[in-house]
Amino acid sequence: MSIEITRETPAENGANGNSHVEHPTIVGLKVVTGDLDAKVPDGPVAEKWEKHKFEMKLVNPSNKRKFNLIIVGTGLAGASAAATLAELGYNVQAFTYHDSPRRAHSIAAQGGINAAKNYQNDGDSVYRLFYDTVKGGDYRSRESNTYRLAQVSVDIIDQCVAQGVPFAREYGGYLDNRSFGGAQVSRTFYARGQTGQQLLLGAYQSMMRQVQRGSVKLFTRREMLDLVMVDGAARGISVRNLVTGEIETYAADAVLLCTGGYSNVYFLSTNAKYCNVTAAWRAHKKGAYFANPCFTQIHPTCIPVSGDYQSKLTLMSESLRNDGRVWVPKAVGDKRHPDEIPEGERDYFLERRYPAFGNLVPRDVASRAAKLACDEGRGVGETGLAVYLDFADAIERLGVETVKARYGNLFHMYHHITAEDPYKVPMRIFPAVHYTMGGLWVDYNLMTSIPGLFALGEANFSDHGANRLGASALMQGLADGYFVIPYTIGNYLAGNALPKASTDRAEFKQAALDSQEKINTLLAVKGEKTALEFHRELGLIMWNHVGMARNRAGLIEAIGMLSDLKAEFWRNVKVVGEANNLNQNLEHASRVADFIELAELMALDALNREESCGAHFREEYETPEGEAMRDDEEFSYVAAWEYQNGAMPVLHKEELVFEEIHISQRSYK
Amino acid sequence: MATTTGSKPTKNMNLKLLVWRQMGAKDKGKMVEYKANDISPDMSFLEMLDVVNEQMIHKGDEPIAFEHDCREGICGSCGLMINGVAHGPDAGTTVCQLHMRSFKDGDEIVIEPWRARAFPVIRDLVVDRSAFDRIIAAGGYISENTGNAPDGNAIPIGKDVANDAMDSAACIGCGACVAQCKNASAVLFTSAKIAHLGLLPQGEPERIDRVLRMVSQMDAEMFGSCSNEGECEAVCPKEIKITNISMMNREYERAILSNKK
Repeated sequence: MSIEITRETPAENGANGNSHVEHPTIVGLKVVTGDLDAKVPDGPVAEKWEKHKFEMKLVNPSNKRKFNLIIVGTGLAGASAAATLAELGYNVQAFTYHDSPRRAHSIAAQGGINAAKNYQNDGDSVYRLFYDTVKGGDYRSRESNTYRLAQVSVDIIDQCVAQGVPFAREYGGYLDNRSFGGAQVSRTFYARGQTGQQLLLGAYQSMMRQVQRGSVKLFTRREMLDLVMVDGAARGISVRNLVTGEIETYAADAVLLCTGGYSNVYFLSTNAKYCNVTAAWRAHKKGAYFANPCFTQIHPTCIPVSGDYQSKLTLMSESLRNDGRVWVPKAVGDKRHPDEIPEGERDYFLERRYPAFGNLVPRDVASRAAKLACDEGRGVGETGLAVYLDFADAIERLGVETVKARYGNLFHMYHHITAEDPYKVPMRIFPAVHYTMGGLWVDYNLMTSIPGLFALGEANFSDHGANRLGASALMQGLADGYFVIPYTIGNYLAGNALPKASTDRAEFKQAALDSQEKINTLLAVKGEKTALEFHRELGLIMWNHVGMARNRAGLIEAIGMLSDLKAEFWRNVKVVGEANNLNQNLEHASRVADFIELAELMALDALNREESCGAHFREEYETPEGEAMRDDEEFSYVAAWEYQNGAMPVLHKEELVFEEIHISQRSYK
Repeated sequence: MATTTGSKPTKNMNLKLLVWRQMGAKDKGKMVEYKANDISPDMSFLEMLDVVNEQMIHKGDEPIAFEHDCREGICGSCGLMINGVAHGPDAGTTVCQLHMRSFKDGDEIVIEPWRARAFPVIRDLVVDRSAFDRIIAAGGYISENTGNAPDGNAIPIGKDVANDAMDSAACIGCGACVAQCKNASAVLFTSAKIAHLGLLPQGEPERIDRVLRMVSQMDAEMFGSCSNEGECEAVCPKEIKITNISMMNREYERAILSNKK
């Protein structure tokens, strides 16, 4: 893809009932407005979901067993959906590339899960959680989806407690809460620093119960390589059996992608090593629109990079900011040991800049402030790319034992990785890519632009806008799987006459051939550079040009570099081993190929969005105080991209309508 | 706690690796020697293997297959016998969180897959641990359908009980307990789940069935018996206690005595 920019005024030419407008900045970009129907129910936001639940069609209990559903991915969204849909009576086929569903990356979430229970009597409500989430997302999420998320949040906690999730308790036996960024109430439920693990195990166990009963058929060590379409609807998938290398196809009445996010496009991220975009990307190539790909979250509290061999970054839970204080030296280039820097010569920059929220500002704000301090030359540690997170005050106030009880496992992990004791020396932290708000475009029913293809959890784009609040990813994954899809899938299945699809059909045979050919092509290149080298190079381009701060020139340059990288990849990648065996090198190369293509779209999306909002920070658009400056006139829309066979994709705009919340400049001061 | 100390070795090191290579389940397999040179003490053990693998790919050789994913010690994917010890020399640590500062220049490191009849080798250091999933499927859950749940605070659970349940629930299912046990017994894994659910009031109604079914599945998978040596506890990266096993045994006795079926 090559990009040319012009500043000409837009020329309009209506066609097909939609208005096609030549974009003012990107030459040749076709923009379509008004064609995306989000299927948001009418009525006041608080009543939409109830009303919709009543209006949706139902599948009779005895008919449910006649429907087959494919679920790809078995993290929080996938496992909870598999368990719940099987409980309802559907036949579920669940696929994971892991050896066990319990390994999905949801397991690594540490801090907690939000819910508007108001157990603390501190003023929380469904409305406040909704409001905080929309504001936290910098007014780029779909109001109706976010409200529903806040509504079902309370049911999630009940569900998980009933499953035996050992949430933290008070002495009286009631559930304990902690605070997270972007909120002034305590609404985060947690199981030590292993909340994601415990929630995933709850969902996994419920799913394994259905495996035992025969309602879920589990396929491990299978990686989805293609979506199979029959008569314009999603009817199956092709997968590679990672042990035998065989390409297998499976048919169903609907396909659910619960395949997570794409942070690993940056190579260094807090995502697990296997996390990849392949399933979503290949669905995109079959017609599913990809929404807001440039909205990627940089988490402020990660352990800094230590060397060029680094394979991933490790997150330290945001909950640490409850008691830890973030600071850098006031003076540029102050290389003294932190103990030798007196209080008066320290800059607690979050407390200084945002007195109302202090160290608990949202992630995008905290990350950018840390970057700014480092850009000014006040960063700490050997590389200067870190800030302190200091627990000295907390230890003095609460005592070592209390701090240990709250954060013991995190301190332990930090100590292990860095060989420094955070009880004695302040932690050094730096932002790292952590979560992607963008994903496959879905309507209110979580259906993508392909009929019968649904996307749940981090794989979709819907609820977090341009920035996700801490402890909301677990909430969304489980909301989608336990409480949304069980209703909306019935409406789809009951409302569409779906002829029987079998893998004998030509479409399935073709998908298997295509998948095999792609594998063979990768092995046939026999170049000089490894997939890992390409992945690192890709990551650097993305971090430098499509990372925490972006600008027009950098994005255009990145698009050129990515185009070159893609060409070089297919000319020069070196993949060893065979197709018909366990071959991790081949798996990696195949994922990197898709990441490079996604990266081009991310850069294009970032270039198109000429505003700063949430995690998307364009240096040309900032307030005099250095905060993100939105442009609600021009950019209050979801950018949903339609694949065009490698040529310039078509931009479909879904206008965002805020009926409930008055949008304003986000302030945490 | 970790054996890591505050002192940081800074010099890079050269190591000799002896690694188990096995093309597939039916291949006989053998130990192969590799050199790992210029290794930084700040690298993780798996990053050291990444470096070795990259060199092999460049030479056109097939890299060493090993399981890994989160590299934060929580997903339970990784697991290697390092010099005969599951997850290597540091206590309370998975391989991915083991750092090369625990080794010294010139060391010879023997790397093998989990060895257990119930965990057959798939390739090199990758084994099949699906037996664990089948033990959970046999009864490691609370039978609650989505939508049934009462309010989360309806049943108060004492802080100590919740803490104990959490201690048991912290198991990551890596299989180190089985690998280290001379009998290849899976009782620490199985008992941790039985204890987690059995300690909580929500788990009470299914206590009898749960322990009977999970233990029976464990036996069917050909895991060995427990002879109380405690090696499982010693290598468990999550420091799951063998008191879970005592609890499982009590639950089992209780179930046998009170089972009316």
